Amino acid sequence: MVVEARRLDLTFQTADGPVQALSDVSLDIRAGDFVSFIGPSGCGKTTFLRVIAGLEEATGGSVSVNGMTPDEARRARAYGYVFQAAGLYPWRTIGRNVKLPLEIMGFDRAEQDRRMRDVLRLVELEGFERKYPWQLSGGMQQRASIARALAFDAALLLMDEPFGALDEIVRDRLNEQLLDLWARTGKTICFVTHSIPEAVYLSTRIVVMSPRPGRIADVIDSPLPRERPLDIRDSAAFIEVAHRVREGLRAGMGDDV
Amino acid sequence: MSDPPLAAPGAGTGRSGRVGLLVWRISGAAGPVLAVILALLAIWYAATVWLNAQWVLDQAARADRMAGFGDILRGTLNQERPVLPAPHQVAAELWNTVALQPVTSRRSLVWHAWVTLSATLTGFGIGTVLGIALAIGIVHNRAMDMSVMPWAIASQTIPILAIAPMIIVVLNSVGVQGLLPKAIISAYLSFFPVVVGMVTGLRSPDAAQLDLMRTYSASRAQTLWKLRFPASLPYLFASLKVGVAASLVGAIVGELPTGAVRGLGARLLSGSYYGQTVQIWAALLMAAFCAALLVGLIGLIQRLTLGRMGLAR
Ligand SMILES: Nc1ncnc2c1ncn2[C@@H]1O[C@H](COP(=O)(O)OP(=O)(O)OP(=O)(O)O)[C@@H](O)[C@H]1O
Ligand SMILES: [Mg+2]
Repeated sequence: MVVEARRLDLTFQTADGPVQALSDVSLDIRAGDFVSFIGPSGCGKTTFLRVIAGLEEATGGSVSVNGMTPDEARRARAYGYVFQAAGLYPWRTIGRNVKLPLEIMGFDRAEQDRRMRDVLRLVELEGFERKYPWQLSGGMQQRASIARALAFDAALLLMDEPFGALDEIVRDRLNEQLLDLWARTGKTICFVTHSIPEAVYLSTRIVVMSPRPGRIADVIDSPLPRERPLDIRDSAAFIEVAHRVREGLRAGMGDDV
Repeated sequence: MSDPPLAAPGAGTGRSGRVGLLVWRISGAAGPVLAVILALLAIWYAATVWLNAQWVLDQAARADRMAGFGDILRGTLNQERPVLPAPHQVAAELWNTVALQPVTSRRSLVWHAWVTLSATLTGFGIGTVLGIALAIGIVHNRAMDMSVMPWAIASQTIPILAIAPMIIVVLNSVGVQGLLPKAIISAYLSFFPVVVGMVTGLRSPDAAQLDLMRTYSASRAQTLWKLRFPASLPYLFASLKVGVAASLVGAIVGELPTGAVRGLGARLLSGSYYGQTVQIWAALLMAAFCAALLVGLIGLIQRLTLGRMGLAR
């Protein structure tokens, strides 16, 4: 089991009182799973990812990552994290941004260069390594930040709406590439999205969340095969799963809708 | 090295184009700058006549004459010990002491300026290193954060004119003389803006940038070197400009209490001793020129550094 969450609670103490971001969240993520988290804004998707990453501490329940506490897993550099905003360092070129984790983790120079070129090719940014972030479009910056998370080849990828800022066409292609990467490398991927088709297309499991307090409304195991051409999205099975996700989202919203 | 197939902003603006732009900018700025200088000179001349007139009137009264406007004009613009020397007198003094003296001569203002500048630069170096070191300590250590800043602020509320003689006397008694006492006063004034600017700069990375470092489980030293320090550079340069000007003031003040015979401070002191106002004003202008030079130099280094880092657009 890569991630094991048991009855997780997380309450933020804010100036205007406590905010319960996660309530009674239990979830198992197996090695090689592609898990999508979908739900309305503010339902705790980012918070859950941050708990897994050891960036936020749960106030109740337990969570383990690779059998360790999230903090130990973080120290063991168990995961790559793609943040909701690209967050490239403005004084580093794209190439050097991608190399940042490699420098910190002590890869030698030749290896840094090789990996940087590899991952930039993967996100179709080859030739841009000497540009500064502000010289790139928002979508290109986001792709660079994905490359940065892929560079050190962690077995677990935590991706917080990585394609949220991209147009449909680029998004489709990157979805395909991500699936391809996942199939080739056998990574475990946790993926936050607002798009039902994206969640259904990519995932082996879809976690539907609902807000106030953030909790899991439904977990859907996808019946789709692992091999997925883009036109699988027109198949009956795909539409069936998408329908279930939509139902789960509607039920989770309760009286709010 | 081949450029990626992407049109960079400003591509196609070749070197010659850039030089042309520079020339255009300078000539475009020349008009207003010239106008301001002329206006300042006019005000200066008017003030010279007005402030020095009393002496001419006194002279005339003693000789039982009436002084006409022409007499006043002639009598005020070329006095030997005027209240306010005229611009051309200061210019002549500068010419005599800068251009007509070998720079190694004690009568050369350049030589005096260099004496002060060497103390300024030494002090500025000490102050900058000290300021950066303190800022790093303050940012990384809660106890230092609580304890150092109040002392640093308190140190700046003591008038430098009060503490400078003490520093000089104390150091003198242990046999330290010459450049070092002045440099220490200069460092005393310049470390403060560096501390304040660097603390702000080292704390400028936002939560997301710091979180990224945490996901890599980066050490504090790595976070400092790869995130906090580069992020702080724009702040550092801003405070270095303030700091270097303060350093110069410190070095000049450091020359006053001992009756030093070398340096711009010594020129100011001996000038006021003997009522040589022309000499004082020449030394003041030289000090102002040195300050402009130092600040300009830091501005240049700033442009080059931040440009290389892709931070100056
Ligand atoms: N650091 C924090 N301090 C206080 N409250 C927080 C903090 N981070 C998140 N929250 C609150 O926790 C709840 C969940 O936030 P979270 O960012 O996890 O939502 P999300 O599902 O990622 O939303 P979105 O889809 O808009 O990104 C929200 O109500 C938010 O206001
Ligand atoms: Mg979020």
